[in-house]
Amino acid sequence: MAGNVLAVAGLHKSFGGLKVIDDVSFGVERGSRTALIGPNGAGKTTIFNLLTGVYPVDAGTVVLAGSDITDIPSKDRVIHGMSRSFQNIRLMPHLSTVENVMLGQHARAHSLGNLLFPLGLISRNKWRAEAEAALENARLGTYPGEVVANLPYGVQKRIEVVRAMVSQPELLLLDEPAAGLNDVETRQLQELLEKVSESGVTILVVEHDMHFVRNLCDHVVVLNFGRKIFEGSPEEVHRSPVVLEAYLGTEESAPGEGAANAS
Amino acid sequence: MSGYIEAQLIILCLSVIYAYAIFLPAASGQLNLGAAGFITLGAYTSGWLNASDGLGLPMALGIVLSMLFVGAIGFAISLPILRTRGVYMVLATFAFAEVVSGIAINMEFLGGAAGMPVDAHAPVEIVVAVAIAVVLFCFYFMSTRLGLALRSIHDDESVALLFGVNVRTARVVAFTVGGMLAGLGGAIYGHHYNYVEAQTFNVLLSIYILLYVLLGGTQTAWGPLVGAAFFTVLPEIFRQLAISMGSDWLADSRFIFFGMFIVLMMVVRPEGVVTRTMQDRCAGYLSGRRARAAAAGE
Repeated sequence: MAGNVLAVAGLHKSFGGLKVIDDVSFGVERGSRTALIGPNGAGKTTIFNLLTGVYPVDAGTVVLAGSDITDIPSKDRVIHGMSRSFQNIRLMPHLSTVENVMLGQHARAHSLGNLLFPLGLISRNKWRAEAEAALENARLGTYPGEVVANLPYGVQKRIEVVRAMVSQPELLLLDEPAAGLNDVETRQLQELLEKVSESGVTILVVEHDMHFVRNLCDHVVVLNFGRKIFEGSPEEVHRSPVVLEAYLGTEESAPGEGAANAS
Repeated sequence: MSGYIEAQLIILCLSVIYAYAIFLPAASGQLNLGAAGFITLGAYTSGWLNASDGLGLPMALGIVLSMLFVGAIGFAISLPILRTRGVYMVLATFAFAEVVSGIAINMEFLGGAAGMPVDAHAPVEIVVAVAIAVVLFCFYFMSTRLGLALRSIHDDESVALLFGVNVRTARVVAFTVGGMLAGLGGAIYGHHYNYVEAQTFNVLLSIYILLYVLLGGTQTAWGPLVGAAFFTVLPEIFRQLAISMGSDWLADSRFIFFGMFIVLMMVVRPEGVVTRTMQDRCAGYLSGRRARAAAAGE
């Protein structure tokens, strides 16, 4: 799998007696824009939490950019080149926009000298300049000093992407980035993600909005009930009877969308 | 400077030092109700190091060594204490302070329950200078990347972790440095009043200090300064006001109104007097960017 920036093999995860992820394997090709889709409760966010080390895996391996990160702690995975955004915005509400972005630099700046450098007192410094440039590049240049809690939802979503990007990841994980956005905000987000992708960063995105997925992604992995049921291009997924069945059910039985909280 | 004003200034300075000691861990979301324990340690250690029947060291050296000693104790207890959260951490730190107090009272060579006289005197200038130094240090500390990490931990610990923040180490550092500052405050207290007695540093003091911090606000480094000033100066203003109105009863019962005022503050400004948004507004106003800051709203 030389062309893969991420390789997941034989992943298992159970919560109590419930098998949430059942033998899932897939690869994410370097430079690709891969989507992870599936009905509610399919295990998409659980996969993200396993990839980022929020939960330990029961079995299987996660290989990122050639190194096995299955068992390394969460805080060290960012150094290996993985960064993420969250389904519900998780910016630091009491920090300003630029401070939130500077948090994204932390993994690159954790030497003692950097930790004790007064970022807030000496406002002309390379870290702040870099964070402001990243915001500018994402067309968020007007907001650096604002406390993020006061900003619109769509702007906050994009700030999350910028924060994840300044950690200079090889793989960017996005958990439902378009959820709750209106058409204009979705377009602005897509524009930002195109830019991210053009800069060479691989994108793995969990998303419900199939329109958004078709516009952005070139490869799709479909999960249902914790298993991978299909993998292919957006067009193939669109035509696949297996995927259609997973989403709409067969004529005899309609699988419930009960376990929504695991999506 | 009249004796009354000077006495109030000393209390204000000590309160400010204590408040910043508790602010550092509070800025990362840890509630430390053990201020009195660190203050006791600092006061007794520097007093004993300086005493002629102790080690007889110069005052400045004694203060520095006592800070290091209190820091070491703070580091040691932070390891188990920082495994606790929320109200359990409050209880654990409270218990620590009680243990320290119990030990101090029962140590014969520290004067036991009668307290311990302290030789060298720290005049008002030194107290004020130390308080200013502590304030400046804390402003610097919170402006660093470490300070940013601490504020991030306060807001969302697991996200901070995913961005590579060593949450546990950052917490230990904040708790330990805070403990050193409280120890410094205790040392200055002892050298100014030339007498320390463990009973002075009781749980009421710890509660007051935590209140300075929480009511002042933990989001910016201004919070403890405002909180401590508020708590020490306002009751005195109330008293002067009541006396000038000729009512001794009001002067004696001013804490009733002060208490009501605190409750009101918690209702109106639950995140403290000074919030981040307020700081930005003031900064914006000062630098003439008033319109933009106001547009951000609160």
